[in-house]
Amino acid sequence: MKVALRINGTLREAEVEPRKTLLDTLRENFHLTGAHAGCEHGVCGACTVLVDGAPMRSCLMFAVQADGYEITTIEGLAPAPGELSVLQDAFCETHGLQCGFCTPGMILSSHALLEREGSPSRQEIVEAISGNICRCTGYGQIIEAVEFAAERLRKANAPRGSALPHVGAPGTEPSAQDDAAIEHGILEAATAHDGGPK
Amino acid sequence: MTADPSTFRFVSSNRRVREDRRFVVGNGHYVADVPLEGMLHVAIVGSQYPAARILGIDASAALAMPGVHYVLTGEELAGAVDQLMNGLDTPNVRRFPLAVGQVRYAGEWVAAVVADTRALAEDASEKVRVSYEPLPYLTKAGEALEPSSPPVHPPHGSNVLLDKTFVWGEVEKHFTESPRHLSFRVTWGRNSTVPIETFGVVASWDPWREMLDVWASIQMPKYPDQIARALRIPANNVRVHQDVDVGGSYGVKRGIKHTVLVAHLARRLGRPVRLLEDRLENMRGGDAHGPERIFDVDVAFNDEGIVKSMKMKALDNAGAYAGRAPFQLGKPIGAIVGPYKIESVQYRAQSVTTNKAVQEAVRGFGQSPTNYAIETAIDKVARACGLDRVEIRRRNFIRADEFPYLIPSGTRYDSGEYHTVVDKVLAHIDYPALQAERDRLRASGLLAGIGIAACLEPSGGNSSFEPLLNEKNQTTTWMDSARINVDGLGFVTVTIHTTSAGQGHETLAATVVAEVLQIDPDLIRIVRPDSLACLPSNTPVGSRMAIMLGGACFHAAQKLKAKLTRIGAFRLGVAADVATYENGAVADPASGRKLDWAELVNIAHRGFHLLPPDTEPGLEATHVMQVPTGDKLPEGGRVQMYPCHSFEFHMVLIALDPVLGKPEIRRYVIGHDCGTVINPHIVKGMTLGGIAHGIGAALLEEFVYDDEGQMLTQSFMDYLLPSSHEVPQVEIVHHCTPSPFTVFGQKGSGESGYLGAPAAISGALNDAVADLGIFFDKLPIRIFAISDAVAAARANPTGKTAV
Repeated sequence: MKVALRINGTLREAEVEPRKTLLDTLRENFHLTGAHAGCEHGVCGACTVLVDGAPMRSCLMFAVQADGYEITTIEGLAPAPGELSVLQDAFCETHGLQCGFCTPGMILSSHALLEREGSPSRQEIVEAISGNICRCTGYGQIIEAVEFAAERLRKANAPRGSALPHVGAPGTEPSAQDDAAIEHGILEAATAHDGGPK
Repeated sequence: MTADPSTFRFVSSNRRVREDRRFVVGNGHYVADVPLEGMLHVAIVGSQYPAARILGIDASAALAMPGVHYVLTGEELAGAVDQLMNGLDTPNVRRFPLAVGQVRYAGEWVAAVVADTRALAEDASEKVRVSYEPLPYLTKAGEALEPSSPPVHPPHGSNVLLDKTFVWGEVEKHFTESPRHLSFRVTWGRNSTVPIETFGVVASWDPWREMLDVWASIQMPKYPDQIARALRIPANNVRVHQDVDVGGSYGVKRGIKHTVLVAHLARRLGRPVRLLEDRLENMRGGDAHGPERIFDVDVAFNDEGIVKSMKMKALDNAGAYAGRAPFQLGKPIGAIVGPYKIESVQYRAQSVTTNKAVQEAVRGFGQSPTNYAIETAIDKVARACGLDRVEIRRRNFIRADEFPYLIPSGTRYDSGEYHTVVDKVLAHIDYPALQAERDRLRASGLLAGIGIAACLEPSGGNSSFEPLLNEKNQTTTWMDSARINVDGLGFVTVTIHTTSAGQGHETLAATVVAEVLQIDPDLIRIVRPDSLACLPSNTPVGSRMAIMLGGACFHAAQKLKAKLTRIGAFRLGVAADVATYENGAVADPASGRKLDWAELVNIAHRGFHLLPPDTEPGLEATHVMQVPTGDKLPEGGRVQMYPCHSFEFHMVLIALDPVLGKPEIRRYVIGHDCGTVINPHIVKGMTLGGIAHGIGAALLEEFVYDDEGQMLTQSFMDYLLPSSHEVPQVEIVHHCTPSPFTVFGQKGSGESGYLGAPAAISGALNDAVADLGIFFDKLPIRIFAISDAVAAARANPTGKTAV
């Protein structure tokens, strides 16, 4: 059967068997190998992609079922080759991964959370990633990454010069404190909202 | 220790982990991402019986399907390859990738179907007709000890693979002299590391070049050698590509049977062949289960709670084939007394075959089960003596001034400050407040308990347990290597010689080389050549890479620095021992003249006439590192096992509703001392991940077999892995006691957390239910076991319940 999928903003067509999963189609037909097969029965979440913005198991969905939906894969998050999204960068900052196999799914689930909730509580983050099993990290540094990304995104949207409640002394540029918050971090996002290096 | 910590620039600093960048964008290079032209795909036909004679295999219907290329049986394969290696001297326990003549566990691989796609191969595998004659079988280790039990391998004569008793010190005398004894049995359930990526391998054979190329999701010492031996080809005809990212391993990614199978198929069919396990193949037939062990422990102690002697019998259910399973009884000998001054030990190690899936090396290589038994003993002695469980540990700990400390079984512990770590954890957690919180929870109607575990992580992995358990094995080295090359433009490339499964070896190597050469780590490229271009490596087993790869990088960088210094000194006209090296430049301290990095590189690459006499041009250094200590064969049943011993001290508070039985971890603190930390992010991740893994082993994970010999937990619906809901926020209290045996004072951390978490959680649950007369003596302790035991105890308040 012919399917037309809008993947990472581009309409792509393929001829697939009706029984072919969205996961296999993404990997084999479109060479998007960031989604991984972990259990192929919908538990581990390594195959997670976003379908119209919501995390879905691509191993439990046939490609033909995805026809007409907006699919976002991990390959669609980085703004440009060699660059990282704020969330991806936050995972690097906190080392929210080890082997990397669950990471694309973990980041997409977290991305969906941050799209709808700018200030998620720890419990909301735990809930959002609870469908993604990580065998390496014990989740601690993943949760830190999502918290850190949320904080950065909030600051990125703050008006220039405004003092956020959790940011230090009055009159200090929030951006000037960004680097102080994390040791030794060089964050692309840190320079995004005032246009200059610090 | 060779380096001065006060001068560290990059070591111990919170630098990013360089591997992370490729993974966060989905650009990892896993075995499933290796595209080869014309690749064929394999699906497996698994046995439905735990034991049966194979009467015949009819593949005609499968072969008649379009797109199906081949069906391989065990008979054909056994004629073409040699049997897989056993760790012990058990030549009649013969193992091939596919069953030969007889199946020995449900799920064992019987035939391999090769087709154009994996889906077609799976379709065709359903059409392969195997006729069986069922045979008697057994699943329990206790039965396997009976001479009348049905032999899993009749030519071997019995089901006993190993039964060896060690006596270290005056055990009987100490037992006789000690006023108090107690004994108990605990059982460690069969679980494993179960990586989210299953095992996979791609092989391709070029008959004109006579070269077998292999890409695999592998973490295995001597992997290319074992492939070559099994296929009866020269080892330099095997090229394993090490630049494959491994999606988690923690010990088990050792698919030698998978590899031999696809390598044979690639040769037979003249096409590249790929086998990626699906989850079912992985769980029941991937041969990657972990230890399943019954401990019988006796301890001799006095009224002050000082444990003088211990007798431990460990009976391990190896499953249907030997593999390396019995060795997982050997490694814990290197820390058989844990952090305690137990003066003598009798240890009986028994490994038996049953009709269950095969074991593979699992994180800690048997140490976590052993620690669970030791810590249970210490808790029981505390209870018998009416002592606090922290206090009794303090009384039995080896003191900081007693290191290096020789334990009865022959290992000398390197260093440790156990009392200090405990003090720091108690101060952090506020122990009286934690006890008050437990009592408050109890008063509110919940069950609540505190768990405590103190244990060691032997690290630096040698293989001394091999000659200890198998006299024919004379191995005394377990080296690792690094090579550094500075190119003609002055850029530094380091080669490391194994695959990596998330342990951050590229970051480790860059950090260490940069530290020694005093250059920016981010300027250093790390590569993993294929195995034919590799120096010796024994891969990341035994919590060894910080020590062994870090050590090899350190020594190679020292050699390179020495060469740069000689070149610079010669050009400056001073003696090499007078010249100084700083930030990549060599200076004459007297005159202040110096040569910078570019000038030194230019001389080495272009100016032979400026080099000191007898100096090779170019800038390259190599180091093959021997494991520090542990370089002798065993004597009298004693041997130095691993060189370094990290320490961890767990405290956990668990509460649970007595009706529901679901444990909630309210507080989890770990004191962790792995010596000098090279990268804090990596060590933190290992520790938190290890605790999560330990929570799984303690509460959730088990490969359960029913009375028919069938595995019930074949999917993630039944074999439960901890999710973010089950893993609590863990607080880490750091301490650093450098090892005197390593270059920066580092010790291992790859198994941290996992080695003590099961014991701590078991201790907390048993503290919670002790007043009900319940003792949970088997892991995992599942929700239903808890609620059933509590209900039974409440219905019958006088009875003692062991669950």
